[in-house]
Amino acid sequence: MAEHEEKAVSPGTPELGAGWTAGGVTDKIAGVVLGRGGPWTRGWHAHWRWRSALLISFGGVLTLLAASTWLFMRGVGLFGVNIPVAWGFALGNFVWWIGIGHAGTFISAILLLLRQRWRTSINRYAEAMTLFAAGIAGLFPIFHLGRPWFAYWLLPYPNRMELWPQWRSPLVWDIFAISTYLLVSLLFWYVGLIPDLASLRDKAASRGKRLGYGILALGWRGDARHWRHYETAYLLLAGLATPLVVSVHTVVALDFSIGNTPGYHSTIFPPYFVAGALFSGFAMVITLAIPLRHYFRLHDFITLRHLELAAKVMLACSLFVAYGYASEIFTAYYSGDTYEIHMTQDRFTGMYAPVYWVYMFCNVVVPQLLWWRRARRNVPTLLVVSLLVNAGMWMERFVIVVQSLHADYLPSAWGVFLPSVWDWVFLLSSIALFVWLFLMFIRYLPMISMAEMRGLVQETAEEAKP
Amino acid sequence: MRRLVAPTASTAAAIGVDGGRRRVLKLMAASAALAGSGCGQPPPEKIRPYVNMPEGMAPGDPVFYASTLLRQGCGVGVLVETESGRPIKIEGNPAHPASLGAADAQSQAAILTLWDPERSRTVMRGGQPSTWTTLLDSLATQMGQEAAARGGGLRLLSGPVSSPTLLAQIGEILARFPEARWHVHDPAGCDAAKHAALQLFGGPVQPLYRLEHAHTVLSLDAELFGPSADGLRNAHDFMNARRGEPRARMYALESTPGLCGAVADTRIALSPAGMEAVLDMIASQLGVSDAMAEQRPGPQAAWVSRLCTRLSAAHGASAVIPGHSLSSRAHLLAWRINTRLGNLGRTIHPIAQRLPPAPLADGTHDAAPAPEGLGALVQAMHDGDVQTLLMLDVNPVYDSPGALDFARGLSRVACSIHMGLYRDETAHASNWHIPMAHELEAWSDARSFDGTASLVQPVIAPLYGGLSAHEVLDMLAHMRTRSAHELVRAQWRNAWNMNDAEEFERRWEEALRRGVIEEAQADRLVPIDEKALKARLPEGPGPEPQLIAVFANDHNIVSCNQANNAWLQELPRPYTKITWDNAALIGPATAGRHGLRNGDVVSLTSADKPDGLLAPVWIVPGQAEGVVTLPLGYGRHQGGSVAQGRGFDAHVLQEVRNGMSLRSAAVQLRPTGQHHAFAATQHEMGLAGREPVRSVSLHARDGADAADAAPPSLYPPRQYGGPAWGMTVDLDACIGCNACAIACQAENNIPSVGPEEVARGREMHWMRIDVYHADSGGRAQFQPMACQHCENAPCEIVCPVGATMHDSEGLNVQVYNRCVGTRFCSNNCPYKVRRFNFFDYADHDPSAAARANPDVTVRQRGVMEKCTYCVQRISHARIEAQKQGRPLRDGDVVTACEATCPTQAIVFGDTADPRSRVSRAKASARNYTVLAELNTRPRTSYLARIHDKEAGLEEEDDG
Amino acid sequence: MTPRFYGVVGRFETPDALLEAIRCLRRRDRHLRLEAYAPYAVEGLSEALDLPRGKVPLFTLIGGVLGGASGFFMQWYAAVVSFPVNIGGRPLNSWPMFIPVTFEMTILGAALAAVLGMLAVSGLPRLHHPIFDAPCFGLATRDRYFLCLRPPPGMPGPAPAKQYREVLESLGATASDEVWT
Repeated sequence: MAEHEEKAVSPGTPELGAGWTAGGVTDKIAGVVLGRGGPWTRGWHAHWRWRSALLISFGGVLTLLAASTWLFMRGVGLFGVNIPVAWGFALGNFVWWIGIGHAGTFISAILLLLRQRWRTSINRYAEAMTLFAAGIAGLFPIFHLGRPWFAYWLLPYPNRMELWPQWRSPLVWDIFAISTYLLVSLLFWYVGLIPDLASLRDKAASRGKRLGYGILALGWRGDARHWRHYETAYLLLAGLATPLVVSVHTVVALDFSIGNTPGYHSTIFPPYFVAGALFSGFAMVITLAIPLRHYFRLHDFITLRHLELAAKVMLACSLFVAYGYASEIFTAYYSGDTYEIHMTQDRFTGMYAPVYWVYMFCNVVVPQLLWWRRARRNVPTLLVVSLLVNAGMWMERFVIVVQSLHADYLPSAWGVFLPSVWDWVFLLSSIALFVWLFLMFIRYLPMISMAEMRGLVQETAEEAKP
Repeated sequence: MRRLVAPTASTAAAIGVDGGRRRVLKLMAASAALAGSGCGQPPPEKIRPYVNMPEGMAPGDPVFYASTLLRQGCGVGVLVETESGRPIKIEGNPAHPASLGAADAQSQAAILTLWDPERSRTVMRGGQPSTWTTLLDSLATQMGQEAAARGGGLRLLSGPVSSPTLLAQIGEILARFPEARWHVHDPAGCDAAKHAALQLFGGPVQPLYRLEHAHTVLSLDAELFGPSADGLRNAHDFMNARRGEPRARMYALESTPGLCGAVADTRIALSPAGMEAVLDMIASQLGVSDAMAEQRPGPQAAWVSRLCTRLSAAHGASAVIPGHSLSSRAHLLAWRINTRLGNLGRTIHPIAQRLPPAPLADGTHDAAPAPEGLGALVQAMHDGDVQTLLMLDVNPVYDSPGALDFARGLSRVACSIHMGLYRDETAHASNWHIPMAHELEAWSDARSFDGTASLVQPVIAPLYGGLSAHEVLDMLAHMRTRSAHELVRAQWRNAWNMNDAEEFERRWEEALRRGVIEEAQADRLVPIDEKALKARLPEGPGPEPQLIAVFANDHNIVSCNQANNAWLQELPRPYTKITWDNAALIGPATAGRHGLRNGDVVSLTSADKPDGLLAPVWIVPGQAEGVVTLPLGYGRHQGGSVAQGRGFDAHVLQEVRNGMSLRSAAVQLRPTGQHHAFAATQHEMGLAGREPVRSVSLHARDGADAADAAPPSLYPPRQYGGPAWGMTVDLDACIGCNACAIACQAENNIPSVGPEEVARGREMHWMRIDVYHADSGGRAQFQPMACQHCENAPCEIVCPVGATMHDSEGLNVQVYNRCVGTRFCSNNCPYKVRRFNFFDYADHDPSAAARANPDVTVRQRGVMEKCTYCVQRISHARIEAQKQGRPLRDGDVVTACEATCPTQAIVFGDTADPRSRVSRAKASARNYTVLAELNTRPRTSYLARIHDKEAGLEEEDDG
Repeated sequence: MTPRFYGVVGRFETPDALLEAIRCLRRRDRHLRLEAYAPYAVEGLSEALDLPRGKVPLFTLIGGVLGGASGFFMQWYAAVVSFPVNIGGRPLNSWPMFIPVTFEMTILGAALAAVLGMLAVSGLPRLHHPIFDAPCFGLATRDRYFLCLRPPPGMPGPAPAKQYREVLESLGATASDEVWT
């Protein structure tokens, strides 16, 4: 008992509730996965909720499989695309998902470098979100191809024809950017997981789990040497991931701004796409955080402060994006370029104007609520705002991709894009896939980094000492 | 006998009907067996390759045959390109007066009809397949009865006939059966004009225009530039006159935008009655009108008098050309005016229509009386005077005026025999149907619009066992079955009255090789009957009804045989850009008055058609208000899956007055609230403040520059060792006839995608003809737009796999088998001229394989495609040049669009060679490139239109 | 084979206890072979053990440079040497367009080198290790701290297990066990 008093106990800070010991946080978080002490036994309702959600989302996954089979059999004509609007939902979805896939690495990397304590309890699931979103985003360019079975031609690989990708094409840059981003995010995530996997290995009851987690943990034993190299590597990864995050959406933005289409060809695109990406990313982080903390009773770990800070980032992004919108309009008129001006006016009043104004409302007006502390700390409000922002950002992508194309240079070539039922099927079932993956993640991996939480407990405890 | 029985032995595969997209895509596909066995099989008789082409059948080397296609019975000379025995492409015949090397959309599309597996394949009796022999037997008995009655019950119905052989055969029949009658049904023709000519010349006379001698042309709703037997030639001649000094002028009064209006110096939208009023005013100003037309002052009077002075100023070099929609009185007026202007014999030649020879007692021949019209026949049928009716390549059950009710009459005919390419409405309503051979499958002959005779030379044995009209008529006349080949040769043996077989053979082969027959006597002009000229004019039109329907020939589908042709169906109409459909065309004000938008279905009723018909409207700027134009040729019930169930049949509203089927009728219009979705290829026709189409004023033609200064480039210009191919399109010469678009489709195996896909914006034409309506005037500007082959091609930079790149001669090439289909290139193409295979559009039917151009890849699903500057022709020319060990010469490479253009608006060649035609064209001050500000440096440039200020009628002062 | 003596592991309840133990052991003998185990990166632990500087940053640098160089070379070679075609009239070596891929390759190379280097220098993966046999060593990944005292290499004579245990417990280890391989 004597040593028990000495044990570090969290005094209760904005980021971490009071009364938590290193063992406590470990048990709590591992419990969710190992089904001991976690809500699986205590809150059985979380259990059946999880099951039914998994079932429904899996239905969506099967739909996606079936739909893509049919797509590959019949041809990309299933979508509403045509000439002149040769890019439709598929590309919009791609940009949207990749945007969502930004917040995770941003949180883990940049907030780590900035020594932001509030990153600790949200980075793990945010990174998972990043991985899944980026992975799904990677599917859409393939769905969108006329001959998807030749997608690998975009990669440089030795072939006897001595054919290479065409390096001047932003799409090739995309391939490199996205695959690099996926790989680095995966490494970052996995490296972060290793100590936690070790904890699970050591806590797991069944031999099977011990074996599984043990293999994944690579024999981690918390040796001081390991910790030393581990920390250096983790820090370096963070340093590398930071410019990477920025570069990925920059490249995605270049897909458009390299093109000469009015509405694509704009220098503001890279920064404004990155901001948009964080915008939707943080919206998604909040969207996920709220149910997580609710169903798994993580209010002590994912506190109001976390939500509030995420909301602040969202507000900042919203302002940046708004600046992007404004500058687009300004440059269009300032340039005096007939085509740019026409494109802008068409945005205001053309056939896609309703979508334009709706996303203006979602992305620019609604987030202004977050100036008020009460709104930032009110969970339902946050949920609604973040959902609206997600929807708004999707519409923005849609308008950029489609509206710019439908009326460009020669009036004779102007056309109209109307989404087909398949466009919607792919959008919705991709969301289902995301949900399914996320549900699997929270079931089998710790959604919060235990190792870092232990550190946090110690840290806060020491701070509290007189 | 065996020869005749053999082809029909194969039983027909009844083709189910459904209008689905797949159906349309598979339209040319029904029977592998027949198409397969058909291809590569030359006709049994000896046919002669076109003389300028390499002899023999080297595989891969195309062989060209001169032949003749029929348009309203008149001949249009063509060269048929055959690839190891398979006809694959049609070009114009430079030696033929109706072609001069050009071919219009309908001629180009004939290849598709030739191979159409939905063509009729077997003799039918009642709905049942029968055989030629059974037909012969029953025909024998039938003719026996007729012979007894001196042919009292025998009637022959055909379209206009120019074929000397056919006329001779008809003559024989009329001689053998004195009581028999021959009727001519010409749904695309103009009875009013015929009637007027009959009055003035006392016989069937057609005006032949010589526009190369014309300086001032006034067109009143005239379809001068086709599609018709003389359209190509008129376009060619007028554009030559325009290029000359002084520049020829065109004034167009139109009830609906037509091709003349686009080239006119002044175009004015008027109702047919309004045009007649203008004619009246001109006539009275020239003093050739008995009734002094009251001169109401006003703007119209002003420009009419200006017009009048210009017409008379160009004495003998003007032409007043009335069109179908005008009354026979208006046509009379036009003749009078032209006579007074001294145009007869100069710009307008009245030439007699050929009639069957009637043998006289003394053995000489006299011309038989002119054939009667459809009205008389229907009358006789209703009276029950018709026992035997033979209908040659006509479809009156569908395309005769509703007022006649031909079908009911037909049901009263004991033995009705229909012969045609398709089992159309008439075939189903007749006792017998005989499958007819296509022009390219059977021997015949024809005369062109100007009387030049030429032979119809088959280039392939009948694919679906069709027969020739000659064989059937020979049967009728003599109960003999001589082959069409014998009959035609016999005809010309007499015509040339040659007994020397050798001499005949020489001349025959000469005729086949050149594609025209040299004849001694030219067509003599028919003298106009002075008395008739002075005679009192019939009463002018009464008060104009509020809304008048004008029945116009469709731009694409002129005859029933073209209705099952997917190329013509999918070819956008010049002004509306509608495909696969016809629409009731109305003006903006009329639309506003009834609160109509494009596609709103209205019901049109006339006095004697109270039930009327339902038609979706399309609003056309430049349409005369108070006029609804109803294109004919749609609303088919039979005749192929492509033809059926599209558009509406305007014939039902057509009325008949004293034997003439009228081209206009007073109608009431009532919105129904229903809506019809059209498949149009161009939605925006305003210029939106851009100037893709430019014009320079006549006198600045050589001064002011149409082009902008080329913006600087960061990159050094590429130097090409070999030729640098380039193209110019003369927008002042382009009449927007669409011939190039179809020529391109035929040459490059471009698939048809069907109305649903067109509606989704996925049409595949590599060459599209953009139309813009300059501000309000409704005066249209056409612009052929295909890949511009930019030096700094934006499409190439963004392709991730390098599937589109520049080749050594600066062509922007598309590597189909490297394309993965990201479609980024299309996004980045400012001209949006790239086309994408969203589905597997290619037609995999054997018949399609047989007619495909073997030098052009058939694209698979998911790849991008676009104009290649006919790269296959370039390499073919290069190979030829190398075989002859000489460098490529200017004109060695002729792209499909250039070859077929009737006005030589398109010029292709080596821009690196300063002496080439294209280099000289590019040197013109009118030369400019579209969207030059993007610095794409296109290889294709345009020559600005010429705006002749003095020529316009708008200005107050004119010299 | 006969089990070899690995060392003696002592369990501590708090990081401070662990650090304290290490420090005074070091004061006694700088060359003692010590291994410390903690459930998270305890501040000052590596200083106390005065571990040598890691090589991970160096690996990362090399990886990045290699990645970037190979990335640019690949593009240059493909566009200029192996497959030179006229693309939109641009120069063959349009290096500004090669930057994005070069950049991504740099990051990729560096990141891979960092992680693989980290695993390599910490001798992972190594799924089994004698220390795992120590009783309740599982708590090392929860909330307990362990210090393993190891004999110098090639030390003759019997294992000084007993003496080591006394040392550790005198330093405040709540429990200590021998570890044999």
